[in-house]
Amino acid sequence: MTEPTSGNDPIDTNWLEQALIQALTKPLSHLINLEQPLDFDAYVRAGGYVGATKALKELTPKAVLDIVSESGLKGRGGAGFPTGMKWSCVPALQEKKLPEDSPFNVGSHNQGSHNQGNSYLICNADEMEPGTFKDRYLIEGVPNQLIESMIIASYTISANKAYIFLRGEYFLAAQRLQEAIDQAYENNWLGENIQGTEYQLDLYVHTSAGRYICGEETALINALEGKRATPRAKPPFPQVSGLFGKPTVVNNVETLSNLPHILKHGSEWFKDLSPNSDPGTKLYAACGQVNNPGVWELPMGVTIRELLYDYAGGMKDGVNLKGLLPGGASTDFLTQQHLDTPMDFDSISKAGSRLGTGGLIVLGDKHCPVAMVLNLLQFFAQESCGWCTPCRDGTPWAVEILTRIEQGEGTQKDLIQLNELCDFMWLGKTHCALAPGAVEPLKSAMRYFKEDFEQHIEQGCCPFEKEKQKKQEKLASNTMETSDDE
Amino acid sequence: MKNNNNDFSLDQRIPSMMVTDEEVDFRQYLSSGELSAIEHEVSIMETRESAGIEALKIVQQHRGWISDDSLISIAQCLNISSAQLEGVATFYNLIYRQKVGHFVIHLCDSISCHLTGYDEILNVIKRHLNIDYGQTTHDGQFTLLSNVCLGSCDKSPAMMIDGKHYQSLTADSVVAILNGLSQSVGEAND
Repeated sequence: MTEPTSGNDPIDTNWLEQALIQALTKPLSHLINLEQPLDFDAYVRAGGYVGATKALKELTPKAVLDIVSESGLKGRGGAGFPTGMKWSCVPALQEKKLPEDSPFNVGSHNQGSHNQGNSYLICNADEMEPGTFKDRYLIEGVPNQLIESMIIASYTISANKAYIFLRGEYFLAAQRLQEAIDQAYENNWLGENIQGTEYQLDLYVHTSAGRYICGEETALINALEGKRATPRAKPPFPQVSGLFGKPTVVNNVETLSNLPHILKHGSEWFKDLSPNSDPGTKLYAACGQVNNPGVWELPMGVTIRELLYDYAGGMKDGVNLKGLLPGGASTDFLTQQHLDTPMDFDSISKAGSRLGTGGLIVLGDKHCPVAMVLNLLQFFAQESCGWCTPCRDGTPWAVEILTRIEQGEGTQKDLIQLNELCDFMWLGKTHCALAPGAVEPLKSAMRYFKEDFEQHIEQGCCPFEKEKQKKQEKLASNTMETSDDE
Repeated sequence: MKNNNNDFSLDQRIPSMMVTDEEVDFRQYLSSGELSAIEHEVSIMETRESAGIEALKIVQQHRGWISDDSLISIAQCLNISSAQLEGVATFYNLIYRQKVGHFVIHLCDSISCHLTGYDEILNVIKRHLNIDYGQTTHDGQFTLLSNVCLGSCDKSPAMMIDGKHYQSLTADSVVAILNGLSQSVGEAND
């Protein structure tokens, strides 16, 4: 690793000039440098901390909230909940006293508009959704942006303490974040009397130790409290009673990273970034059987076709598209017929899936879809926290049946049973969204790839494995013939 | 009663029944380095128990894994029951409650790797080291564990060893990586 020399800009000026050209079209990613992220000084020179300065020096928390609500920013962690609405439930931001029977009403917390220090901000950086790696790019590539974002969000919800809940496997991200935090303290952007204001904020990185369910916001809060990370019942919502019983807002890395730019350029600019009703840009990604897997920041609403063929380079090794998951492991399959669907929350939802994290997982037609679904269900079965029965017992049961089918030992009855399981594990019947998330790829695969499931049962084996073996045998006999010739 | 020979006999299931909390004193057991690192983590949280995961990681970093004595000591230090801390320790993939090898291979077995050659990489590792998941090589150098999605989906298949991510693995590169690590230990011992 190269040591940044003090006084000199460690970042190539040409690189920075090129990067700044895209400041208004690719706000989240234009400063990403994975080799060597901008240090504090370089980040400020590149336009950093303008948004935070505006928030802390010119605006009240309520005014920041209004700008963010007006921008229409929706959560980028998967659920797509409007960020402004999420924040507005924090008692410190409530103008009027709530009715006695409101689930948001917890008595003493709900007094007046200034509850300084009574709330927490948590950045959800527990990026463990299979097929999702966009937040790693943001953290490793431009850590100072996340710190600035968290200062703005913490100020808005009147938090004096904030935590970054980072997955334990992101060692490089943890190191870079800590360096950025140390620099922010040195430059009076963290600590007491930030930039001469009365505002105070301490920011810490908590590294987890590897468990998918910690990405669920209430499980995350339990994890941070040192408890076994099972999700909590809602209500009360975290905004009212979260970490250590205090009002808590949990936001995703990408969601937060939009804030400095929304404050700097305004909510109208943010809306104009996208051609349709979902505002802003989005970090889209693609992985699996494509030529050029990666992450790209694009206007919200790019079509699946554009993403797959223009950015991800199309299908690998001459295979055809069989299907894809549009936003991580816990979204429904989409197929060829959906290629012209815009990748925004509403359109993907109308197509029968979810935008989720916006990362395509692409399946080609030479790979067994049953094997793929089996792999996904194995993940959910392993990561179930075990709290509620439909999930704890249902997910391994689905794995057992899928294994049977994949090995050619399945029966028609197994298909009926799988469908029943999908009902047992659906929303409203489980403690949290993990099991319904497992149902989404399973149920949609059984619909779109019905023939493949049937063939496994009829032929008593995996047709894809059989095809592969045939090919290998052919290859082997060809090689033998060639060597005989020599 | 018939002699019960299945895997779930009490002795095998709860070997730690032999150690009671009273037999361990965390002030003697934990080093001053471990104690001060744990106290630092406690200082940034609101309660002692919330430093649980960090404390487990600190001790694991010093000792390689979390033994029963380590678990009891950390629980005492944080003023919580060892049962509660066990509930936390066993919840996580990166906390080892059994002795592990010098290097722990965390091989990603999630969807992107599954679609891009995971099966082959797993077989190569198994053959090369002659171990299966959950096992350690006879020389104590390598333990093989599976890991959920490592977030290297754009450069799959991937694995993590000692905090370092190895990406775009091939049958050749994975053997070269393991040989390189093996050699580094050999040289350090010379």
